Amino acid sequence: MFGYMIKRLIQMVIVLWAVSVLVFVMMSFTGDPTFMMVPLDATDEQIAQARRILGLDESHLVQYWRFLSNIAQGDFGRSFVFRQPAMTLILERLPATLEIVFLAMVMALLVAIPLGVYAGANPKKPASRAVMAGSLIGISLPGFWLGMVLIFVVAVKLQWLPSSGRGPTTEWLGMRVSFTSWEGFRHLILPAITLSVGTLAILMRIIRAEMVEVMKQDYIKFARAKGAPAKVILFKHGLKNALIPLVTVFGLMLGDLIAFATLTETIFAWPGIGKLLVDSIYRGDRPVIVVYLMFVALMFVVVNFIVDVCYALIDPRIKIK
Amino acid sequence: MSNNEQHSKPLLRVQELRTWFYTFGGLVKAVDGVSFDLAPGEIMGLVGESGGGKSMIGFSIMGLIDPPGRIEGGRIEFNGKNIAGLSEDEMRVIRGKEIAMIFQDPMTALNPLYTIGNQIEETLALHTALSARERRAKAIEMLHKVGIPQPEQRLSHYPHQFSGGMRQRVVIAIAMIAKPRLLIADEPTTALDVTIQAQLLRLMRQQVVENGTSMILITHDLAAVSQMADTIVVLYCGRIVEKGPAEDIIARPRHPYTRGLIDSIPHETAENDGPKQRLSQIPGNVPDIRKLPPGCAFAPRCSRASERCRMQDPVLMEHNAIAMGSGKLRPHAVACHHPLAVSP
Ligand SMILES: Nc1ncnc2c1ncn2[C@@H]1O[C@H](COP(=O)(O)OP(=O)(O)OP(=O)(O)O)[C@@H](O)[C@H]1O
Ligand SMILES: [Mg+2]
Repeated sequence: MFGYMIKRLIQMVIVLWAVSVLVFVMMSFTGDPTFMMVPLDATDEQIAQARRILGLDESHLVQYWRFLSNIAQGDFGRSFVFRQPAMTLILERLPATLEIVFLAMVMALLVAIPLGVYAGANPKKPASRAVMAGSLIGISLPGFWLGMVLIFVVAVKLQWLPSSGRGPTTEWLGMRVSFTSWEGFRHLILPAITLSVGTLAILMRIIRAEMVEVMKQDYIKFARAKGAPAKVILFKHGLKNALIPLVTVFGLMLGDLIAFATLTETIFAWPGIGKLLVDSIYRGDRPVIVVYLMFVALMFVVVNFIVDVCYALIDPRIKIK
Repeated sequence: MSNNEQHSKPLLRVQELRTWFYTFGGLVKAVDGVSFDLAPGEIMGLVGESGGGKSMIGFSIMGLIDPPGRIEGGRIEFNGKNIAGLSEDEMRVIRGKEIAMIFQDPMTALNPLYTIGNQIEETLALHTALSARERRAKAIEMLHKVGIPQPEQRLSHYPHQFSGGMRQRVVIAIAMIAKPRLLIADEPTTALDVTIQAQLLRLMRQQVVENGTSMILITHDLAAVSQMADTIVVLYCGRIVEKGPAEDIIARPRHPYTRGLIDSIPHETAENDGPKQRLSQIPGNVPDIRKLPPGCAFAPRCSRASERCRMQDPVLMEHNAIAMGSGKLRPHAVACHHPLAVSP
């Protein structure tokens, strides 16, 4: 276990370093943020001064070195736009994103597991085929389209749920969150549904495919021979054996969802890190983009680690090493 | 106790059982018109070559035939009640408690993700009102009985930490722990080496006698069955070719197929240096069950086959035989146009 942690830590450092190089290269060769900072009628002198303040007048190597050593000290610089530390900006917006992502994941799991287990245990039943057909639609629906349809139908026509913004937030574990109040929770629902549909469909298909295989195994028949009821057979003996691929994909999708909730946040004007990223790209707000990318990379490493731990928890034959 | 009173009434009566599989390659009549009775406390050996339908008889009794297979006809009377075609919910209360089955392959019968303690106690949790502590005590006792050393520690181990032989013992323990009235043992020892085989068979026999359990011992090893069983049923291509008291079948087989099986038992007394030298082998192979020849299915491999055998299905006909142990008259039946002569 100790060796494993060390290995993971080293891996994390390497990943983060690689990302820092990529990010720096990308940043340096795409666009110049100076012109976003100075007035349109700025003189050459003013522009040169701005470049000096931003540190853009030095060689790339020096710039990179400064960039890297700042990062190593936890200093990601200040947002050009907000004049605040970029890290603070991200951390402020993070709870909003985590909130819709986790709600979306919980919804996806709550629907995908029972449906996938049912469809996998009874692959020939018409209801299972219907579920499978439905999942194909779910996978092929573009998220932005679904979001707009939901806004149009549920928010505008039926006026059941709000269509944009975060609603009231309250302080919870030092973060500002919406789900603690009813009104805030109502704001969460539509974005979360939009975000969950594709994931739900994919998870369900994975569970189904895995369950079809698991149900053919001898130990399932042996459990039936013991007189175990369907519930025990499906969920104790069946589902647990189908979990490894589910956890793998779940991990990948969780990272994906946090990282790329961008579209959904934009559609619903949800003030999360995805929306912050889009805004920062428009404004060429480099430090924010850098923090965002580093953060996403870090998150993938952490999720990977959690996935590994889950493997070991599920299957006694898998040892963490 | 009550065994003696009921001795005339069979615990299990299988009548004209037909279990068929509808496959792409054609209709597989895995079990085709099989009938036998099993008295309380009786041990019946079910023998035949691979693919003969032995396991499918067991699964049919358990109600565990899944599509593309189905029980096409016949009755399975357990304790006077037909259990063929009962719903999954109705079978559930019988499985594990009344009828238990030891699966053929110990490597795959246990769930890899749960401790064997969990899997042994599961049967008790399903069928008894015992407390967790009582279940644990029983599981330890059962593991001890099947010869697993240090059962207390072993309870918390996972199947992959056990050898094949140990796993088979666990499977046997699971099947026997709720003291079923009928135990179907599907090749309980073929995966194991010879010394362990004998030891486990002895153990199972002892348990069966202790609890008054009836047992169907499925095997393709006539030698094992001859030491254990009261009666023997010989299966070939889904049909019974011969059945009767065990001693009688071994001493005076009437069907050429049974004779062939007996002759292929390895003899340790043979002058050949290899103790496992087979004396003779039945010529040819088991035919494709989807394309059985007309007439007797064994005819193509039989030295006694005549034109009649290739045209007409022989029916199972009873001859009377005396079971040596009890001195009672027990039927010995054979399905053959040219049965072997009874040499006294
Ligand atoms: N799911 C299935 N689909 C098609 N045919 C099947 C299926 N299961 C079993 N069979 C057929 O049923 C027949 C009987 O099989 P069974 O497993 O009962 O044989 P067996 O006597 O137990 O053999 P073995 O000694 O190898 O265990 C075989 O010919 C087999 O091909
Ligand atoms: Mg078999």
